[in-house]
Formats: sequence, C-alpha cells, structure tokens
Amino acid sequence: MSAAPIALPGEPRVDLAEARAHGLSAEEYAAIERLLGRTPTFTELGVFSVMWSEHCSYKSSRKHLRMLPMSGPNVVGGPGENAGAIDVGDGWVAVFKIESHNHPSYVEPYQGAATGVGGILRDIFTMGARPIASMNSLKFGSFDHPRTRFLVGGVVGGIGGYGNCVGVPTVAGEVMFDAGYNGNILVNAFALGLARREDLQSARARGAGNPVLYVGSATGRDGIHGASLLASAEFDAESESKRPTVQVGDPFTEKLLIEACLEAMKTGAIVAIQDMGAAGLTSSSSEMAGRGGLGIELDLDRVPLREADLTPYEILLSESQERMLIVAERGREAELQAVFAKWDLHALVIGQVTGDGRWRTLHRGRVVADLPVGAISDDAPVYDRPARAPSAIDALAAASESAAETDAPAPAAALRALLGSPNVASKRWVYRQYDSIVRSNTMVGPGSDAAVLRIKDSRRGLALKVDSNPRACAIDPYIGAVAAVCEAARNVACAGARPAGISNCLNYGNPERPEIMWQFIRGVEGLRDAAIALGTPVISGNVSFYNETEGRAIAPTPVIAMVGTFADVRLHLKQYFKIAGDAVVVVRSAAPSYAASEYAALFGAPPRPLAPIDLGRERRLLDGLVECAERRLIRSAHDVSEGGLAVALAEACFNPAGMMGVEVDAGEGGHDGEVLFGEGASTVVISAPIENIEVIHQVFAPLEVRRIGRVTAAARLTIGAAINEDLAALKQIYETALPGRLNRP
Amino acid sequence: MRARVFVTPRKGILDPQGRAVEGALASLGISGVANLRVGRYVTLEIDAPSHAAAEAMVKRMCEQLLANPNIEDFRFEVDAR
Amino acid sequence: MKWGVVRFPGSLDDADALHALGEVLGQDAAMLWHKDEVLGGAECIVLPGGFSYGDYLRCGAIARFSPIMRSVARFAAEGGLVIGICNGFQILCEAHLLPGALMRNRSLAFVCDFVTVRVENAATPFTRAARAGEILRLPIKHGEGCYVAPEEELRAMEERGQVLLRYVDESGAASDAANPNGSMRSIAGVANQGFNVFGLMPHPEHAVEMALGGEDGRRIFASIIAGAASAAPRVSG
Repeated sequence: MSAAPIALPGEPRVDLAEARAHGLSAEEYAAIERLLGRTPTFTELGVFSVMWSEHCSYKSSRKHLRMLPMSGPNVVGGPGENAGAIDVGDGWVAVFKIESHNHPSYVEPYQGAATGVGGILRDIFTMGARPIASMNSLKFGSFDHPRTRFLVGGVVGGIGGYGNCVGVPTVAGEVMFDAGYNGNILVNAFALGLARREDLQSARARGAGNPVLYVGSATGRDGIHGASLLASAEFDAESESKRPTVQVGDPFTEKLLIEACLEAMKTGAIVAIQDMGAAGLTSSSSEMAGRGGLGIELDLDRVPLREADLTPYEILLSESQERMLIVAERGREAELQAVFAKWDLHALVIGQVTGDGRWRTLHRGRVVADLPVGAISDDAPVYDRPARAPSAIDALAAASESAAETDAPAPAAALRALLGSPNVASKRWVYRQYDSIVRSNTMVGPGSDAAVLRIKDSRRGLALKVDSNPRACAIDPYIGAVAAVCEAARNVACAGARPAGISNCLNYGNPERPEIMWQFIRGVEGLRDAAIALGTPVISGNVSFYNETEGRAIAPTPVIAMVGTFADVRLHLKQYFKIAGDAVVVVRSAAPSYAASEYAALFGAPPRPLAPIDLGRERRLLDGLVECAERRLIRSAHDVSEGGLAVALAEACFNPAGMMGVEVDAGEGGHDGEVLFGEGASTVVISAPIENIEVIHQVFAPLEVRRIGRVTAAARLTIGAAINEDLAALKQIYETALPGRLNRP
Repeated sequence: MRARVFVTPRKGILDPQGRAVEGALASLGISGVANLRVGRYVTLEIDAPSHAAAEAMVKRMCEQLLANPNIEDFRFEVDAR
Repeated sequence: MKWGVVRFPGSLDDADALHALGEVLGQDAAMLWHKDEVLGGAECIVLPGGFSYGDYLRCGAIARFSPIMRSVARFAAEGGLVIGICNGFQILCEAHLLPGALMRNRSLAFVCDFVTVRVENAATPFTRAARAGEILRLPIKHGEGCYVAPEEELRAMEERGQVLLRYVDESGAASDAANPNGSMRSIAGVANQGFNVFGLMPHPEHAVEMALGGEDGRRIFASIIAGAASAAPRVSG
C-alpha cells in the first residue's frame, strides 16, 4: 500500500474542463472519479484519456464484436491475446493480424505507412512467431484530387521502405482509387508469422516479484499531442514542440528486435511479452498485468529517454516505435540482457510484477499514478450506441450513385477502358517496389489471385489474400461485408487452398452518428454470417472509426484478410491459362449484375439492387475449387472481380511464362454487357483438360458450370462476334495504365 | 546568388541514421561523440531581383519541397551577391 | 565444400543463402557472426543481401568496419574466394575489395523483379560452370544497384574481363530498357583483378529451386563448387 499520488509542480488542475480537453465525456470523467474514489492526477487523466479512447478501448465496437465466431477446431488462442493463431498442420501455427494506420498516413504518408507495417509486425513476433509475410489494403482518393499522387508515392514508399528493410516479404495486397477516400485514405497493414505450437508466447503476466524489462528504442515524444504537453506550460518551447511529434519508424532496429526477441524466447526466461503500440508503456504494462490478474509497478526514471526532459505523462503515453515490454523469471534478467546486448539493444529492468492488482508508476521517487489495473483496461466503458438504418430515400440514392448512364460503349471499347481503369489495371507499379521473395518461401507472389507460401521441411503451405468491397457496402453494408468475405475466401480457394481463418479491419465513419453505427453493426453481422457459413473463424482484427472529413464519411469498408491452408502446397494453382486446347469453364453461384460494378462506375448502368448472397452456394464453390485442386482436375482458376468476366478472361491470358489466348463461343449471352462486365456474383474462370469436364460438373453441382470456350496458343481474345482483340495490345493498356496516371502532372 | 540549405531532423524526432552512425563510430573506438544527427545539405544558384526576394524564394522551396515539415527543420544562407 | 555466410546486423538474405547452400545444394555452410574474427575454415565467404545497419549513411558503409571484415580482407588478399550479393556487393565496394560503387537506382525506386543477365567471362571461379554469352534469369531486389566507376577504370576492367555479368534483354542484347537500375555499361556483377572476389546485384541464392521461380542461380554456385573440388584447401584465419 503506498501513498496516494500527488500532483507535480506546474501541472494543470484536473477538473471536468481539463477532462473534456482530453477528449473524455462528462460521464466518463464521473466514472473515473468513482473508480478511484478521488480526483485523478494529471498523469492519470492522460492515461485514461488514451486508454479509454476509441482506438485503445474499442468502446463503440466491443459489444458487437462479441458476436463474431472466434473459435474452431483449428484455432489456437484468439482475440484477447495480441493476435490469434490457427493450426496449419505438422506442428506449425500461423499467427496473423491486420491493423489500420489511416489518419497518420494522411498527414505523413511515408512514416504513417511505415509505422503501420512496423506496428503489425510487432504484434506477430511478440507471440513468438517469426513474421514471414505482409499484405496491405490501400484506398486512395481519385486522381483528380490534388493530394492523391503525393499520398500514393508516400504510402507505397513507406511500406516498401520499412518492409524491405526488415526482411519480411510483401506478397499480396489491394489498391483502390475512389473519390470517397479523397479526404481520408485507408492504409491497412497485415502480417503473418509462423511458430511451432509449443513456442507460442504469452502476454499474461505471472509471478509477483518478477522483473519487468524494457527492450528496444529509447522513448521520445512520438505521438504525443502538443496540447497536452506539460512542457509547453513549463518551458517557452519553440512553436514546433506544440505540433504533434510524428512517429518515425526504424526498420533496422525492428529487424534487430525480431532476431533478439526470437532468440531470447528460446531461453525460456520470458514469462510474458508484449509490444508497445498505442499508448506504449501504459497499455502494454496494464494489459499484461490485467490478463494475469496481478499488478505492476514501473519506475519511470529507469526508462531510456531520447530527450532528458520528458514528463511522466509523456513517458507513459509515448508511441515511440520498436519497443517491447517483457516480464522475466526472477533471477534470469542477466540471461535475457545478454541476448539483447548481442544485438546492441537496450534491455533494462524498469519495474516488477506485484500482487496487489494496482497499476503504479513512480517518477523521481514519487508515485505519479496509482490505479486499479482493471480500471484502464477491462473497466473501460462499453457503449451500445444508437443505430438507425437510413431512410428509404437515402437507400435509393446510395443504390443509384453510379455514373450517369451514357450510351453503353461497344463491348471491345468497354473492355479496353476497363483494363485501363486504375481499379482494374495491373498494380505492378506498386508491388514491384516491394521485396516479395526474401525468406525463400514465396511460390506465388503478387499479381495472381492469392499469394502462396511454402513451409520449409513440410508439404504444408499457406495462401493469403486481402479483399474488400466498399461499393457494395455503400449500397448495402450487410451484403457488402458478406461479399468481401466470400471474395477473399474465393481468391484463396482459386489458389487451391482451403480458407481457414480471417483477420478483419473494419473502417467506418463516426460511430456517434446512428446511421454509421447501423452500417457498422450490419457489417459485423455480415462478417459473422459469412465466417460461420464458410468455416473461417475470425482470429483477430481491428476497428478504425472516425474516417470522415467535414461530416462526410467514407463508404463502409470492412477489409478481410483471409488465410488458407494446403495439405500439399505443390498442388497450388495460379490464375493463368497454360495449355492450348484446354477447355475454359465458368462456374457461378449466381447471375452477374451491374450493381456496384466498375463498369457502372465508369459508364453508368441501369440501376440494380444488390442481390443477397446465398452462402450455401458460396460454400459449395469454395469446396469445389479445393477439391479440383487436390484431385488435380484443373489447370488454373481465376476469380472474377472488378471488370467482370471479360476482364478476368484477359487477365487469365496474361501468363508471365508466355501469353495465351482464348476463344469464347457465341451464344453465351455473350454480347450482353451484364454478362461480360457484371460483377456481384461469385464467378470463377477455370481452365482444364477437356476430359475432366464431366467430373468438374459433378464436383461443383448444383452450381452453374458452363464450358464457354477454349485456350488457344494464338494470343487473341475472342468472345463471339463482339470482341476480337490482340492480347499484346490489351496487356499494354493493362500494364501502363497505373504508371501513366501517376506520372501525369 | 548562391544559397545553401541545411535540412536536419526536427528536435525530438527519432533519427535512425544518426543512431546507427553514432553507434558505428563507437565501435570504431572513437569515443566522446554524442547527439549525432544526419541531415541533408543542398546548394543552389538562384536568380532573383533582390537578396530579400531570393531569401523568400529559398524559404518557400524549403517549406514545399526540400524539407518535410512533419519531421524536418531547415535553415539556409543566401550569399550577398 | 565449406562455406561461411556472414551475418551483419540487418542482413536479410543470410538465411536464404544458408538455405540455398546447406539445404538445397547440400553444402557444408555455416553462419558467421559479424563480431567473429575467425572464418571457421570456410573455403568461400558469402556476404549476403539485406540492409546491413539499415543502409544508413551509405549502403555497406558501416558494415565494412565490422570485426569480421578484417579477416575477410586478409582471406581475400591471400586468394580466398569471396562472393558479395547485393548488399554484400555494396560492402565489398565500400571496403575497396572491389572497384567502383553502387548508387541509387536511376528511377529512384526499389525494384523487385526477375532480370536476364549475360555471362561475359566464363573463365573465372564464379562462372566456369556457365558458357560465355549464356543468359541467366535471376531476381533482383534493390534500391541502390546502379554501378558506377570512373570511365578509365571501367575500360580497363572490361579489357581484363572483370565484368562477369551484364544486364541484357531476353534476346541477349544490352539496352536501356533491359537495365533495371541505370548501371554504367549495364554492369550487373564484377570481379577483382585476382578473380577471387566477386560482387553482383542479382540474387543467385533466390534462384536455386524451380518451385520458387527458377534455377539459374545454381550456375554460379556450381562454378565455385567445381573449382574447390579441384583446388587444395585454403588456410584461412
């Protein structure tokens, strides 16, 4: 039992006004005083303001996230620990998570994206898994917007700059350009690591008296908001110090941290370990103590500082990167410190685990914060914010928000325009800037439907993809979320892998607005229903609210990262036609539609409602693809997405090993624009030896399986009489579209 | 007129390069070095009607391009002639 | 044959080199820590790819002062075989074990892709398993791979046959389009005058398994292995 903490000289007086200035509501402030039985100190107020913020506490979303399916026969761990894990066979588990870094990336795109990558990597290796792959989902504004090119260059540069330097290959991703993101881009970063099941680390503190070690970079003012700085009151600081200090990533230190932590874990001296992310030292220490039902005491004088004059408030809330917090077995500190010293990293004892359930910090011998551990984590508010569906008029408006319908272009012209549209065109300009091969596991890298990774010394493997469908979500947030899950699963199944688990990043507007809350809840419901039907539990995830500028929210954008597993990774597939003479077969679970399509966005189209998705048929499609791969029945499989069937056929011909061609017979409703360019229905284009067609029909029954043509050696794309194009010319359009737009002044 | 621009990491910002170089000097046996920061040095010739105008131009160049105001500070010198 | 792969803080493709040599090619390959002074009896030293010291200050500028580089320099002076891949090439240039320097790609962008290179001199320990003029398909992944050297030096190097690999297109012709980083004379890899030290920007260790995209990298390792089989073992410190 220690003395109640005291106010430090020069600190502002803590009252309701100060609490509001910190972003806390009157009710929240009252709850804090009740929990403590007194007024909090300024340092404690700062702690609550961050720990109870939306970003850290998930107060607007927690209630609804509970409905997600988080368990399953292959699930090891799950949300609650840092990232969840799934068993992928042969004693290996895959740990993975996706996270957003939207707002920092709009302000400082390079460092915002870089620190996003760094942060998610730490969530992976803190669990004892070596990170082996990254993905990202990027949403930028339209090319008309003056900031877009700058943001694209910065974000792609930052992801590459950090990812390439840290030695984790970036193997897949998605990029979209839409005016709805003009004032609010999205940068969602995903990472996956592999561990032997018995090597998974805990983030749950144990053993009163065990020492707490601080590892990694020194602490600076990164992420601290200038307004709350004690220093700005005490010193006549330069005006710069009032601006928030941008978090700068150091991928070199992160690489050292990865190696050192994995080596340190092998000693067995680590009881618990957590990365310092949002609210750095505060969240990591309180969460580790909280999970273990214990307390923790930290001596802030022992924390290595980048600048000597940091206040306790700043030390506790700093978001300096590349730092970890470790609870060690008492007596084995030196053992751990030797490992970190080998890698030239700080590893200092800064406190200890206690048995009193308090979170207590000391500075210059005085207690500056003394709180019940639960108060800042478990007892954070959980809100059930009001949700209200939009009126019928608003819904109709959303549904018909496509381009004004012009005269429908001729199919060939439409195909060329779609291939040249940035949302469809090759993203090679982007992924060529990422190292996709380091660690020697990449069997299929960026450019095909899903990335495929092998697991050395095993037949097993993984397929990865990240997908979203904000256009569909804008019309119907439930169906759009279901569609995103189905598409991600389909891409993984097209590679021949069985979809196994999801990490989701839910990007929405301001949850204090009932219509946004409604969008969110419907999105979570869609995610739930699809995840259950497809057998893909939600392993981990992240919520990003307040994505809006001047009251205009982004379209609801749930982003789904899907991981699939192979029993035998040698049976993986790519999206490209390979053998002339193969039959080209289309498998569909529903009829294609102009709704929410790229075609409609470019040319306008007759209005269409978004059709509900039959999850039973979706499951059939996935199971069929996996069976075809495992039985070696098909040569290639490609998911139909933006641009529809005609675009998918062209993409399937763009085989990097040698361009193929395709002849599609007339009479497939083949000249109908909606059949050629419609989206919204789960459709896969398969190539297979002719003799397997009969079996393929059986495998996919009762879905529609239609043979539409054949693969040819001559590099032409013909669809009946409507389309007869030279594929080299189409490929030229496809490859130059994005660099062309980016380089235009 | 000639101008010299010095771009340095903002006070308080993490400077990973500075850290790494400082560490390397230490491992070379060079002691007594602290607070090493790595920046950029830009030189240019500028055509302007007056010294004051030149200074204004260079300042704008720094604010818009040569330095990233999120993470860098700058100072510059413009020669008299 | 015995290989030593040096690991600097920030080395990334050290594990890949070890995997390629040890697991795929069945060699006796060991990791050497940058603070070690002994080379473990290795007959060929590999300086691997990556971002040693974050590539801070200049690529390879800090790594060249690691304790192990003293031994590597001595080993090279005595005729020992050293191959520097990507960041390893940068380190060898900074350490003056190879002529020239690597600068930022002309495009100012990092590039990860497969390229085709032509073997210019097949009479060296690193290329003897290939034919002169043979085209190899190898991956590159770098942001600072533009090879530069004074014109005089380049002329002399070409005459002596020190340019071992050159970027070409699939038909075997050098051109701007086939040059991924702006290297002078499309140079992809060079040797020293003694032909016992070799630096190249492409990654042969990432081209030893068909399952991962190609096997042409084996040519280079096979050359070294063939040579060691017929040479007396080297004494290294």
